[in-house]
Amino acid sequence: MTAVEVTDLHVWRGQAHILHGVTLTVPEHGVTALLGRNGVGKTTTLLAMMGLLPGQGSIRFGDTELLGTPTHLVARQGIGYVPEDREIFSTLTVAENLRLAERPGVEHRYDLVYDLFPVLKERLRQSAGTLSGGQQQMLSLARSILNPNRLLLIDEPTKGLAPIVIEHVVEALVHATSDTTVLLVEQNLWVASQLAKHAVVLDHGTVTYAGEMRTLADDPALAGRHLGVEVR
Amino acid sequence: MSSFVLYTVTGLGLAGLYFLLASGLSLIFGLMSVLNLAHGAFFAAGGYAAWWVMDSFDTVPAEPRFLLAVVAAGAVGAVAGALVERGLIRRLYGSHVRQILLTIGLGMAAVALMGGWFTYNPRLMDQPAWFGATTQLVGANIPNSRLLILAVAIVMLVALMAFLRGTRHGLIIRAGVENPSMARALGVDVARSFTIVFALGGLLAGIGGALGAVYFNGISPSLGTTQLIFAFIVVVIGGLGSVPGTAVAAVLVALTQIYVNNYVATGLGSIAVVVLLAVVLLVRPQGLLGKVQP
Amino acid sequence: MRGRIALGLTVLVLALLPLVPIGIPVVFTGDFTTPGTLQVLASALVLAAVAMSYDVVFGYTGLLSFGHALPFALGAYGTNLLMIHVGLDYPIAIGVMLLGHGVLAVLVGSLALRTAGVAFAMVTLAFAEAFALLVLSDPLRILGGEEGLPIASERVPDLFRGVVNTQNIYWLALALAVFTFLVAHRVVSSRAGRVFEAIRENEKRVEMMGLRPFPFKLAAFTISSTLAALAGSVYLLVVRGANAGITTPDFTLAILVMVVLGGAGKLWGAAIGGFVYGILTLRLSAVATSDAIDALPGWLSGPLSEPLFVLGVLFILLVLFAPGGLSSLRLRLRGA
Repeated sequence: MTAVEVTDLHVWRGQAHILHGVTLTVPEHGVTALLGRNGVGKTTTLLAMMGLLPGQGSIRFGDTELLGTPTHLVARQGIGYVPEDREIFSTLTVAENLRLAERPGVEHRYDLVYDLFPVLKERLRQSAGTLSGGQQQMLSLARSILNPNRLLLIDEPTKGLAPIVIEHVVEALVHATSDTTVLLVEQNLWVASQLAKHAVVLDHGTVTYAGEMRTLADDPALAGRHLGVEVR
Repeated sequence: MSSFVLYTVTGLGLAGLYFLLASGLSLIFGLMSVLNLAHGAFFAAGGYAAWWVMDSFDTVPAEPRFLLAVVAAGAVGAVAGALVERGLIRRLYGSHVRQILLTIGLGMAAVALMGGWFTYNPRLMDQPAWFGATTQLVGANIPNSRLLILAVAIVMLVALMAFLRGTRHGLIIRAGVENPSMARALGVDVARSFTIVFALGGLLAGIGGALGAVYFNGISPSLGTTQLIFAFIVVVIGGLGSVPGTAVAAVLVALTQIYVNNYVATGLGSIAVVVLLAVVLLVRPQGLLGKVQP
Repeated sequence: MRGRIALGLTVLVLALLPLVPIGIPVVFTGDFTTPGTLQVLASALVLAAVAMSYDVVFGYTGLLSFGHALPFALGAYGTNLLMIHVGLDYPIAIGVMLLGHGVLAVLVGSLALRTAGVAFAMVTLAFAEAFALLVLSDPLRILGGEEGLPIASERVPDLFRGVVNTQNIYWLALALAVFTFLVAHRVVSSRAGRVFEAIRENEKRVEMMGLRPFPFKLAAFTISSTLAALAGSVYLLVVRGANAGITTPDFTLAILVMVVLGGAGKLWGAAIGGFVYGILTLRLSAVATSDAIDALPGWLSGPLSEPLFVLGVLFILLVLFAPGGLSSLRLRLRGA
């Protein structure tokens, strides 16, 4: 069963042609890692899915064509987005950040959020801009799991975090993503291999590998060819 | 000492007017990145609405009549704001330059329209008698009208903050001012808030116009436009999108203007304000409480 | 080549106009040989020049300056003050004014260009506003305040003195418009001009090409200002004085309206916008008192006799439906 089907996706950022006909599928239930070197178009793919960038081609989510759909309607399909730079609202409190994320008509899983990220419960009235990097990341993740989303698009959740915090985030992610579909962009291959079952590799705007994460992780030569680094 | 108190209260009254005009501008720019150069027309329209109410219902006693006038002014401003956003601005979604140009044309046409209808001579507005009287405060004789304007402005400030902090719409506006894309990514229809913000701006400007008719002893079509310059300066100094910043900046600008005009030389007050703007821009371009511009 | 022929023909027609005893009824009070009509046309030509000057900094370089009235007003007031208080003759006064203005433009530009976008618009507006307030409050009692400063006619060459020489003033205005066009055209078609347009499109990319945008922006700003100041000095002659109306923010916005009206980023578009704006604002009230408009009900005839109402509505329609300005409409007609 496929959650997302991307067909021949072309995306431009300004004059630059970033995605040159990306075709990939994201299997339902489970984590798919979207890998690749810097600048190959991983974030661009997520942005196009969220409707934050226009593109040509097709992105099907169940019965719905996402390409051309306004962002807020994409989100209301049950898609949660965790951007690369967290993008929490710094002038709002933690509680307000979460409240804003509440979508009407669905349950709001505050228990789950506080369970996974107890530090947020402690700091509900704190201005989100004064949180540490790790705490902001947790808030960003919390927003995406507050509603029972059918798909989570997560962009480099461990970027710039200390190792201890990374462990906590990975732990939380394992729990949070157990009942939904996730497309995870990660540069940290250890994190990716902990979380993901499937892997898709992008290089220069096209897909160069699509298969099991395990296979990529177990074969250093394969990983080296596609990613330029070893999976440790 | 008594003149200092008088100048200070007068300055605070003027600050109230600036705040009413500038807060809407600030929110509109903060949320929509639209420089609404027609905002002065909302101010003038509110002023004329108030004048008309005071003029037409002269059998009603002055105080409730004035209250009605202020309400009418706010209503006219709000409706004007909503119509402008829905009917015009929204069609140019995505092109900020064209939206600004539209507001320039609109401001021009609206002022000329009022000029065509009401002539450019200032119209004196009927006022409750006690506006013209004074109250003793710390040894100085303060005109009641100034105190009233200040009081109304403070009430509107509190109401605005309550709206922004206490309602979901307010939450959406505050989030949208900081990062509209992320708000959309959370499923929020930010565009719907655009109309609300424009209407809100119109409401505040309209009320400002009614009070402006009191402060400046009359309403004329270009009154809003001349005050708009100062309102923009207040917005920039206070920080685009920040209501508390606008309040602080309004006080700063108005007091500077009044003090310099009275303690240094008449006419230099406005120039002092311009210097203040230049200094703030060079030292802290994002304004006192604003976010750093992307 | 076609462009040059069109330009040449237009200039020729305009140059010969004062010799043609035909008129446009209602719009003008007399035929093209009458001083009244020539003065209106001369004003419109000066506005065409100032619009072209603004097009360089706004239309081509994309800098939204809300202070373009300032150099124009400085040109008018500065030249007049030099004639009145320093006793310079008109041509020399212009030269000295341009020098002084050039220095000022570089200073103001260097300061203002430290900001960008809206802040830049605000700063330029503030500078223009400061000058407007200075003129009105007139602390040194030399600027004439609200009433304006009549021209020092004794310093004006005989060629341009007196109503009888309105023709010559008209030709001077035409020469100004042509000169402004040629200079602006030279600038925007040069290599620097390409950089101006690149800055308008994407300043980051210009930086990535290894160029520093600032010197180019300052150059565009200064050239633009200088052309406006020159136009101001001719305007002084055309309306026989410097008046406070040209210092106001309303006028600075009007310049923006002119350029967008005609078509930003196209010099001849800007020229048309300025010219049309000039004719409209000067003559609409005359057209409005005509029977056709008088017959309309009060609530309609009132606003319709206001030039700025008509212009404002026209402008709104243009921005909504024809953002390329009037010049784009003509292109469309030609292509259809």
